[in-house]
Amino acid sequence: MDEKTLIAKRVALELRDGNLVNLGIGLPTLVARYLPAGVNVFFQSENGIVGMQALPEEGMEDDDLTDAGGGPIGAVPGAASFDSAMSFGLIRGGHLDVTVLGGLQVDQEGKLANWMVPGKMVPGMGGAMDLVSGAKRVIVAMQHSAKGESKILRRCTLPLTSARPVSLVVTDLAVIEPTPNGLLLRETAPGVTVEQVLANTAAELIVPADVPVMPLAP
Amino acid sequence: MSKVRRVEAAVEGIPDGAVLMIGGFMAVGSPLRLIDELVRQRKRDLTIIANDTARPGQGIGKLIVEKLVARVVASHIGLNPETQKQMIQGDLQVELVPQGTLAERIRAGGFGLGGVLTPTGVGTVVEEGKRTVEIDGKVFLLELPLKADFALINAKRADYYGNLEYALTARNFNPLMAMAAETVIAEAQDIVPVGVIPPDAVVTPNVVVDLLVAKERRHG
Repeated sequence: MDEKTLIAKRVALELRDGNLVNLGIGLPTLVARYLPAGVNVFFQSENGIVGMQALPEEGMEDDDLTDAGGGPIGAVPGAASFDSAMSFGLIRGGHLDVTVLGGLQVDQEGKLANWMVPGKMVPGMGGAMDLVSGAKRVIVAMQHSAKGESKILRRCTLPLTSARPVSLVVTDLAVIEPTPNGLLLRETAPGVTVEQVLANTAAELIVPADVPVMPLAP
Repeated sequence: MSKVRRVEAAVEGIPDGAVLMIGGFMAVGSPLRLIDELVRQRKRDLTIIANDTARPGQGIGKLIVEKLVARVVASHIGLNPETQKQMIQGDLQVELVPQGTLAERIRAGGFGLGGVLTPTGVGTVVEEGKRTVEIDGKVFLLELPLKADFALINAKRADYYGNLEYALTARNFNPLMAMAAETVIAEAQDIVPVGVIPPDAVVTPNVVVDLLVAKERRHG
């Protein structure tokens, strides 16, 4: 199993039946493939729909039915479409149960940076700042390290997405929960030791006596 | 008087330097014929308020590639390298606004509000230079309204009075922008007789629409 699949399969277990869920572009979209049996959720796409699904088959593309990247999608029975103010009212107004986003850095307090690298990449924040400020639970799905450098740091060096801490960080090495006392190591990935996680993390981790192995969705 | 104009005539009234709101999300729900006509008539020094600048050869991306834009207010420019290049070279001013804040600033402009208070951006670079307001112990940013000289809108269907209905994710910013500009020009995929669109299906009421782009003739 590759690292992205592993992360997606762990994040999928965080979704509850009946949730409204927003998946960011890239790795987070993989989560939809691994929903456990009996868990039915509505996926939101912030360009204006609740009830998106993957395009059922080629030839069913509709120019007016797209995801936030402009690519063709399908809609489930019971889907609803609306304008951008309503879409972000759902996000900011506390109606969105879970958002899953990619990350560039997470700091000691659980604050996320994921929208720009000054001087290199300035794509804009899109909906990320609203999602992190407004969703009930914010889950970061990302690789633990990039180019050998830990993405979990004492302090983010990149501009923050929100001052609000995220709820959970799922990486290819560990599940980490930001708490008022610091970053709590909740689980390790299969075959990964606590020592390996600590050696690959540039922030302090609280390590409980028992750190279970990450369960994964089938 | 009829609101229907040929696309050439609808765009002729837009001066160089105008502030334009353009509907659409990655060109989905953008008024593509109006954008092509802006390019053909070489309207310059435009300020574009829109969710994004699409891709280089697509929708609003065409205006960027043709260097017709002086300033962009958008939430995302990541899929158009040309926008980023012109910004870094200093040829194009870009103001990045969180997407939900952009929607609400446009809504505030169109709905006569003096601004909106949002938690989005507090404690980030978006807060710089802005007033904050504390309400019940929570900090909000005061974000100011946006207005435009022209709103260029895409709709699924219009009637000849200018009542508009929209399709799926092609709705996005269009109904908000239709309220926030001095002159509203709507390009619909179809124009039908008055009465065909039931009142409950109308999203943008005809009174805010000034001009309708004539249908493309298929023959005759």
